[in-house]
Amino acid sequence: MYKILEKERFSEKVVKLVLFAPEIAKARRPGHFVIVRCGEGGERIPLTIADADVSNGTITLVVQAVGVSTEKICALEPGDFMTDLVGPLGRATDIGKRQGTVVCCGGGVGVAPLLPIIKAMKAAGNRVVSVLAARTKDLIILEKEVRQHSDEVVIMTDDGSYGTKGLVTAGVENVILKENVAEVVAIGPAVMMKFVSLLTKKYNVPTICSLNTIMVDGTGMCGACRVKVGGKMRFVCVDGPEFDAHQVDFDEMIMRMKAYDTIS
Amino acid sequence: MEDFDSKKGRDAQWRKDLRDAMPAKERTAIPRTVMNMLAPDVRITNFNEVNLGLTPLQANTEATRCLDCPNPTCVEGCPVNIDIPGFIKNIQRGDIREAARTLKRTSALPAVCGRVCPQERQCESRCIYNKMKKQPVAIGYLERFAADTARTERLDISETPNAPLGIKVAVVGSGPASLSFAGDMARRGFKIDMFEALHEIGGVLKYGIPEFRLPNTVVDYELEGLKSAGVTFHSNVVVGKTLSYDDLLNSGYKGIFVASGAGLPRFMGIPGEDYIGVMSSNEYLTRINLMGAGQSWSDTPVLRGRNVAVIGGGNTAMDSVRTAKRMGAERAMIVYRRSEAEMPARVEEVLHAKEEGVEFLTLCNPVEYLADNRGRVTTMRIQRMELGEPDASGRRSPVPIPGAVDDIEVDQVIVSVGVSPNPLIPNSIEGLNVTSKGTIEVDNSLESSIPTLFAGGDIVRGGATVILAMGDGRKAAAAMAKKLLANE
Repeated sequence: MYKILEKERFSEKVVKLVLFAPEIAKARRPGHFVIVRCGEGGERIPLTIADADVSNGTITLVVQAVGVSTEKICALEPGDFMTDLVGPLGRATDIGKRQGTVVCCGGGVGVAPLLPIIKAMKAAGNRVVSVLAARTKDLIILEKEVRQHSDEVVIMTDDGSYGTKGLVTAGVENVILKENVAEVVAIGPAVMMKFVSLLTKKYNVPTICSLNTIMVDGTGMCGACRVKVGGKMRFVCVDGPEFDAHQVDFDEMIMRMKAYDTIS
Repeated sequence: MEDFDSKKGRDAQWRKDLRDAMPAKERTAIPRTVMNMLAPDVRITNFNEVNLGLTPLQANTEATRCLDCPNPTCVEGCPVNIDIPGFIKNIQRGDIREAARTLKRTSALPAVCGRVCPQERQCESRCIYNKMKKQPVAIGYLERFAADTARTERLDISETPNAPLGIKVAVVGSGPASLSFAGDMARRGFKIDMFEALHEIGGVLKYGIPEFRLPNTVVDYELEGLKSAGVTFHSNVVVGKTLSYDDLLNSGYKGIFVASGAGLPRFMGIPGEDYIGVMSSNEYLTRINLMGAGQSWSDTPVLRGRNVAVIGGGNTAMDSVRTAKRMGAERAMIVYRRSEAEMPARVEEVLHAKEEGVEFLTLCNPVEYLADNRGRVTTMRIQRMELGEPDASGRRSPVPIPGAVDDIEVDQVIVSVGVSPNPLIPNSIEGLNVTSKGTIEVDNSLESSIPTLFAGGDIVRGGATVILAMGDGRKAAAAMAKKLLANE
């Protein structure tokens, strides 16, 4: 059992939870995810770690209520417990050496797992331009934290209620046209990552994405998370979650993510 | 813990008396007992255990059949060399406690092995009755009877543990190899911490083998036994991720046993294998066995196919296809590229599957899957095969019959063609030698390239049976104990 220490509501459907998990806090690196299970009949679902505090022994998760399991998780309050929590899983982000300008773009709750990568990219000496995108103003999360660690922040909203009206791709393209971009990191809904990838491929800018496929065990056993990368079968839980976006077969991934949409 | 001398046991007066009590001819005339089981039409409506076990009378009669041979070849057929006549004769004389203790001396999990071992290929295949053209003694049924009776009647079969040695040993994984290792080491006085990645302890016994073949109560009883022997279980810990190998060393563990088991499922690499509805048996069985998918209390979804094809001929394939039947499949099919004679599954599982209405499409190999416009699988294209020359495994290899291709309607395909070793540990420990297949390299005593790191089960074998994994646990325990005690 893993205690919830803090909770913050970002929007109607999105909450931030801080959990006590000292071993994970110590071992995790940017890019890692955890598997959580809420309640005795709970489903195992993957969530990317948004932040960690080694001295307090905590990790931070940002969760969007989209189904039965995420709704249960979003209903947890400080003092409640997460039934099971395991990690950190997956491969950590390859931050590498200083590359120049790195564009970090996050869509919706994708900004949460992006934050540790923004921090690490900045710490490695890069110029970090962050592009945050959401449907509307209320869904832009973690803006303050992102600003703290970015050289420049671009906000894009579909309805123009905040920042510039338009899609994330428009924001990224503007940066690419203005300056020499060494790498793009894109995290968000699969469709968003697909279109960012198509854009950066056009400009030949290396792009990393973090995939959020269906998983059961998350430790390299069930194969539910398989995706095609460069024509080869790869497993998001152990080979990923980050891949070269230009090699990912997003259409197949988007199709497979609907596997259980009509089943209860 | 010393090797038990089965010959010495045979010289005991009570064994002589039993042998003299009834002439061999009379005993060999007794027909082999038939396992009591649920009727097939009842079985497919629930997940209750199919085999119901023997009654004490049946067990006694079956035990009487055993001739207590001077050179019991059945023992040689057992991968862990259980003193088979010893435990059987104890059943015959009514000392079930001693029978169960005899089993426990060599097998950590007799109630499990009595249910899942391929006896027809091991002990029972070497029974003297085969030479007489008669059915062998039902060793597996008797093993299960002794172990189950010990459990249900709470017979004390524990060996007195040694005094605590004050030496800590870590075990990675909680399947049969780990449980067997932990039991032996705890009895020797070592302090055992077992680390499991999933939220439940038991490994394949929990996530893989279905309830209708191995009830969780049987596994839980064994886990309770280990707990009271001082073994500490830690779920939700992935060694190599949550805790590194160095973390374990720094925490004072003097030895580490890695039995992290099978990992990534294999797929065939044919077109359409990524369509919705095509999944590994690991995924399908884990959803249902571990997560309770399909039960009202579970949040985990599962696909309930109407026409389900399971690809493969092993025990996991049989478990999957019989599960599909219980999940409401109208048509549940085994699709296997060789003939039934080559199937690696236990004979009993094949038989049970057939009784339950499973169709066997043998000498058939899927070559492609087709789907609807939403990517949901609708059709399996199969190539009919015939048997050609024997291949490297000694089995006649299947060759395609030109032009013999058929389409079969399916809405779920469960691929059960094997697994690769779990990559987490081999990838995370520097200096650990790994084979080209991804298994951990070990010497004869199961020690790896890192001294005091031992390994066993599927992470070494790449895919084997529960009994072989248990045998590894036992062997590694003996070797590690010797080494650590010498180091003291």
